[in-house]
Amino acid sequence: MRLSPDQLVFWKYGFVTLNSTIVTTWGLMLVMAVGAKLVTRNIKVEGAISRWQGFLEIVVTTIQEQIKEVGLQHPQKYLPFIGTLFLFIAVSNVCAIIPGYDPPTGSLSTTSALALSVFVAVLLFGIEKQGFLGYLKSYLKPTFLMLPFNIISEFSRTFALAIRLFGNIMSGTMIVGILLTITPLIFPIFMNLLGLLTGMVQAYIFSILATVYIAAATRTSEE
Amino acid sequence: MTIVALVSIITAGITIAVGSIAPALGEGRAVSTALSSLAQQPDAATTITRTLFVGLAMIESIAIYCLVISMILIFANPFWNHVIAHSAGK
Repeated sequence: MRLSPDQLVFWKYGFVTLNSTIVTTWGLMLVMAVGAKLVTRNIKVEGAISRWQGFLEIVVTTIQEQIKEVGLQHPQKYLPFIGTLFLFIAVSNVCAIIPGYDPPTGSLSTTSALALSVFVAVLLFGIEKQGFLGYLKSYLKPTFLMLPFNIISEFSRTFALAIRLFGNIMSGTMIVGILLTITPLIFPIFMNLLGLLTGMVQAYIFSILATVYIAAATRTSEE
Repeated sequence: MTIVALVSIITAGITIAVGSIAPALGEGRAVSTALSSLAQQPDAATTITRTLFVGLAMIESIAIYCLVISMILIFANPFWNHVIAHSAGK
């Protein structure tokens, strides 16, 4: 039994391996980019809008509202990063209803990459808002005794982001795989349904946690 | 060789059993508190729900760590691989 889609290798040359994770990720990126391009090709401000434009507007405004509710004042600035995280994770989890599809978020390398990008984004947004020294000083709050704990929490929460997403998605596919060998008739469908719900919740939680971390890094200067 | 397999399987079972009890208790407390505060202040529903989801995810991740560890022990056991390699080399 495969623990992650990394182990399904399509093509290998030297140290370059083309596994299922990479192929699926690029496929998803292609589908999402081309789809967004097609939808936004003729967007209208007045008159009747197309269904897809309405759909995308709902998605964008909802993400924007969520970012604002967490406490970031200018959601427009953070929308590209957080919206991309949410859309990528959500689409890659929801596509699990397609037979023969391995969600790339079920691989530890994908989720580590996403968590590392959140880590870097928190640093960059914090430095941009407070300046380099100002951001470094935020590690000394409330007292300098908290310095090691602040640094540890910075790394452990990145680790937790990666493991949480990986564990949820991997366990979802794994449970379906195990159930298929025990009770193959109806029961795996319900677990698959539960997996879709978990996938959406995890996408929401990943992006909300990224927003909370960015808000924590940028807010301290105002107080 | 069998000892390694035996210990791995038993440890995996204990890990997931103990590791799911505590998060279950914590999540139960969190949800019950959130429900009672929802009943008291329905206006703050969005804030409470969002905080609840984030908190549940935090608590849930502990159970997920245990699940990952027991999965590793069963499906990708490093000690087992070591034993296999050792006995193959003999």
